[in-house]
Amino acid sequence: MATLENKLEIIQPPLPPGPLKWVKENLFSGFFNTLMTIVLFPVISITLFLVLKWVFLGADWRAVTQFPMLYTVGQYPRDQIWRVGIVLSSILLFLGISWGKWGGLLRTISFTAGLVFIIMALLPVQHPQLTLGMRSYLGSNALIILVGYFIGRIKAVKDIYIVIGWLLIPFFGIVLLAGIGNSSILPSVPTTLWGGLLVTFLLAAGGIFLSFPLGVALALGRRSSLPVVSAFSTIFIEMIRGVPLVTILFMFSIILALFLPPESRIDRLVRALMAVTVFSAAYTAENVRGGLQAVPLGQIEAAKALGMGNLKTKIFIELPQALRAVLPSIVGQFISLFKDTTLVVIIGINDFLGIGRSIINSDPEFVQLRMEVYIFMALVYWVFSYFMSLASRRLEAAMGLSDTL
Amino acid sequence: MTNDHPAVRSKTNIPFYRDERILQIFAQVVSTVVIIGILIWAIINFFRAAEARNMTLTFGFLKDSAGFPISNPPIAYEPVMSTGRAFLVGLVNTLMVSGLGIVFAVILGTLIALARLSSNWLLSRIALIYIEFHRNIPLLVLLFIWYFVVFGMVPPVQESIIWPGPTFVNKRGVYLSWPRLTETGSIFMISIAIGLLLATIAYSMLRKRRKITGKETYYIPASLGLLIISFIVGWLLSGGTPFQIDSPYLDGFNYQGGLRLTPEFAGMFISLSMYTGAFIAEVIRGGIQAVDRGQIEAARAVGLSPLQVLSLVIMPQALRIIIPPMISQFLNLTKNSSLALAIGFQEVFSVGKIAINQAGRAVPVFAMIMITYLSLSLLTSFILNIYNRRIQFVLR
Amino acid sequence: MYRKYFPIIAMFMVLTIILTACGGTGTVETVIETVIVEVPAEGPPAKAEILDRVLERGKVVCGGRTDLAGFGMLDEAGNNTGFDIDFCRAVAAAVLGDPTAIEVVPLTAADRGPVLQTAEVDILSRNVTWTASRDSQWGNFTTVMFYDGQGFMIRKDSGITSTADFDGGTVCVTSGTTTEQNLSDFFRQNGMEYEAVIFEESAAVYSAYEEGRCDITTSDKSQLASVRSGFADPDAHFILDITISKEPLTPAVPHGDDTWFDIVKLVSYALINAEELGITSANVEAMKSSENINVLRLLGEEGDWGYTDLGLEPDALANAIAAVGNYGQIYDRYMGPVGISFTLPRGPNELWNNGGLIYAPPVK
Repeated sequence: MATLENKLEIIQPPLPPGPLKWVKENLFSGFFNTLMTIVLFPVISITLFLVLKWVFLGADWRAVTQFPMLYTVGQYPRDQIWRVGIVLSSILLFLGISWGKWGGLLRTISFTAGLVFIIMALLPVQHPQLTLGMRSYLGSNALIILVGYFIGRIKAVKDIYIVIGWLLIPFFGIVLLAGIGNSSILPSVPTTLWGGLLVTFLLAAGGIFLSFPLGVALALGRRSSLPVVSAFSTIFIEMIRGVPLVTILFMFSIILALFLPPESRIDRLVRALMAVTVFSAAYTAENVRGGLQAVPLGQIEAAKALGMGNLKTKIFIELPQALRAVLPSIVGQFISLFKDTTLVVIIGINDFLGIGRSIINSDPEFVQLRMEVYIFMALVYWVFSYFMSLASRRLEAAMGLSDTL
Repeated sequence: MTNDHPAVRSKTNIPFYRDERILQIFAQVVSTVVIIGILIWAIINFFRAAEARNMTLTFGFLKDSAGFPISNPPIAYEPVMSTGRAFLVGLVNTLMVSGLGIVFAVILGTLIALARLSSNWLLSRIALIYIEFHRNIPLLVLLFIWYFVVFGMVPPVQESIIWPGPTFVNKRGVYLSWPRLTETGSIFMISIAIGLLLATIAYSMLRKRRKITGKETYYIPASLGLLIISFIVGWLLSGGTPFQIDSPYLDGFNYQGGLRLTPEFAGMFISLSMYTGAFIAEVIRGGIQAVDRGQIEAARAVGLSPLQVLSLVIMPQALRIIIPPMISQFLNLTKNSSLALAIGFQEVFSVGKIAINQAGRAVPVFAMIMITYLSLSLLTSFILNIYNRRIQFVLR
Repeated sequence: MYRKYFPIIAMFMVLTIILTACGGTGTVETVIETVIVEVPAEGPPAKAEILDRVLERGKVVCGGRTDLAGFGMLDEAGNNTGFDIDFCRAVAAAVLGDPTAIEVVPLTAADRGPVLQTAEVDILSRNVTWTASRDSQWGNFTTVMFYDGQGFMIRKDSGITSTADFDGGTVCVTSGTTTEQNLSDFFRQNGMEYEAVIFEESAAVYSAYEEGRCDITTSDKSQLASVRSGFADPDAHFILDITISKEPLTPAVPHGDDTWFDIVKLVSYALINAEELGITSANVEAMKSSENINVLRLLGEEGDWGYTDLGLEPDALANAIAAVGNYGQIYDRYMGPVGISFTLPRGPNELWNNGGLIYAPPVK
């Protein structure tokens, strides 16, 4: 024991500098630095004071707090709201299962999610929409994650089941949300009624999920030795990357219908999703192409030497290595897609931002409160994308990629 | 794919369905047929729809009178002018807002990157907060905050805020006092232009001579001197008043004179440069940090001044890393300028959308919008790629 | 570490393979193509393509709006309501027998043309002005439902009393409207200068005006009355007593389906004739045993007003009237003396025999 302790002593890093030394080194080293600190400190203090004063005393948060449901699901019929709840809970269940199985980063995510739900369930405020039922639903979501964790710990639950489950969730979710025809249990809910965060996440997640295969296909196409395939892929990628997302959204929302048979009418939300997918695919393709280029030639030659065919080499040798390398950049792209979905406001879809805008415009009183609404919206977007980018950095570190990329 | 080794090729008894060359040709033919087929199918649908709904597909409407107004056109425009002209106005607006946006985003980005790298903890934290704030919110939200919230708080015309200058800020925009050329101003400008030309020639010639002979030729002071001389000469020739400060004054509904930035332009311009500035700051910081510390220490050791270390050692190396991602930031900014539609600044996309509505020519106008953005993107990346190639390592 | 993330990668790969397999050769365009083709084609292309798809879908898709009091708005329960929406309900009641079988797609002014051209909506009922060029390019305009004209709204304290004071003013206007064009014509004819501030969303236009970004805002007078009623202080603004244009607000349908065009026109004729004949939503059943032969014809009790040829039920028009009332009832519900939204005298929107312009061909 003693030797071990001794060893620990030896390898311990130098003690962190004392607070006084830290202040001297970071704030008052040299004339210029001291001057800067003296100028900045009061400025920061006053700004912070004013901001806090406004947030807690000056601001009127009614336009934000009055409509929690509108912000989350938009005009989705309130008597059908349980469908959204089930979709959310099943995603959380699978999050829990994956945590139990693979741990790591998923643990942090599960913990955060569970914590957020518990906090929401126990919010010490009176709100007409935060009923006991709603509180218990929110609270039970934390429990669901935990249940998922224990399911995930069971040895019999194989990796592949969970992967299949994740793949099935989107289909299950869409069917549940959209409903089937005129059935009495699941009456169809037209997508014109969907809104809020639901649409924002649907577009971002759907966009990434669908654009991925398309992007990989494009990346392979662009690197293909077949000139025709390569040319088409390159033209497609460069055209999409050369124009703003708004124009692509506009193309799918207005122009596309002219190029289809007159009797086909694609749902507005689906068209927006198609636009987002196509847009994101072009960027995914470039990311994946980068990953493919990073695969050492020796790997491919070795595969060939073992007698693997072209297709086999691609699927089993090149792609897994390339995708592993580009996973963090795909998370990064998911973040930017999450932010970019706000543009659907321009084609008249009520995503989170769109709902905020219609709340502002719904009442002349709220027009005066738009500062609060926009700051709230900025905060929500910020929180989501900031934590996603933290997660992406952790992922990068966990995969030991930070030095290779 | 790489199976064209002579040994493989010589075997002629491979059945055709396993012969890679034949398979490749087959795959190409199939994909071509499929893609072209879909295109033809779409175009047939389109012509059918166009016929059924009386749509015209020619570009003749560009010559017709546009009929719609454009707010604050940067070049002369009246609704009686042609739709093509209206489109041009939109294009000038796009170029203006993205050009100025790029310049300011780079300046802002550099300042923030330097603040981020500062040894002062407070300053570095402020820069970090700025970067993290802007990188994690959607541009559209930032745009709305600037336009609807910040410019919404500005008082109406009668109660304008007056800043020194004088500068007037009100609901109708920011009115700056701005120097305008007087009648003799052109003489001054010509003199400056000649001075600039001479200075450039002197700079490159003297510099070349120093390179060849190795003797100090004082090329920087010499060219600067030429510039100053031309400035003084121009000033004297124009009778001492090449400029006149044009101050805004209240006349009727609005302020007149001075330089006016409309709230729409200002909102777009500020949000674009602040947003992109945050990304550029990260790019620059990454580039500077990538420079080996040993290089800097070595430069200091051989006695270079801090300025020389920055300009001769850090920047040339950092730029090689900075330029490629910077190009894509410039392109993003240009493409993002299309969001101006949401706050009523009329650039290519929003003018195009009105033209689609008023002239009813969805497809031709839309094609024009796409081609405009594509060529802007291609042009920007083409020019910057040439520059990039010039500054990358030259292997001798 | 790599093994740990294998499931995630495997998931992506499985997805890739599934979706590319759907796409056949794996080229991009085919994948897109699959997505498109999966959308069920709604009936074969025929002359009655829109009617067929309405019947198959069991729903009328209306291009409308949710932000204009009186014409297209949301009620407290979040349902679409208003003058334009009621017309859409009348059509749904006539064709499908159910006034609630509508889906309202909210549109900005600039979207109206394209959605008609692409036939994305079955009816465009969103105070759209009928002009010759729109009639030829956008779609078929049915019957004028509201006679309007463009006016100006200004702040009372601005010191403006007539259009002569407009020179140099800033005007807020919605893009993609006839208003936008009339405005520039008006100022040009009067030799005056102005600065336009143009937004796509009308909400943005009026809030910019209310906040003082503009001195003047301009639109159809009915719309201005509607917007003014929603301002924080309506009395601080007034609408100038001048009309600079004719704005016949007319529902429109896409080109190419004559049957559908006829049905929509007939519904509007029925609503107007019902007012003329004294049929209301309350007495429509009682009127079925009326003495008046014209009433019986309209309600489908006698003769054929064309329902066999159009493929409708005899009482289709009676259903429409029962659902939303006659023309006058719809008007009064939103804009009458005790209207939900605001009060606007009927003026030109009185019946022809009452000194107005509302006139419809007989239904028989």
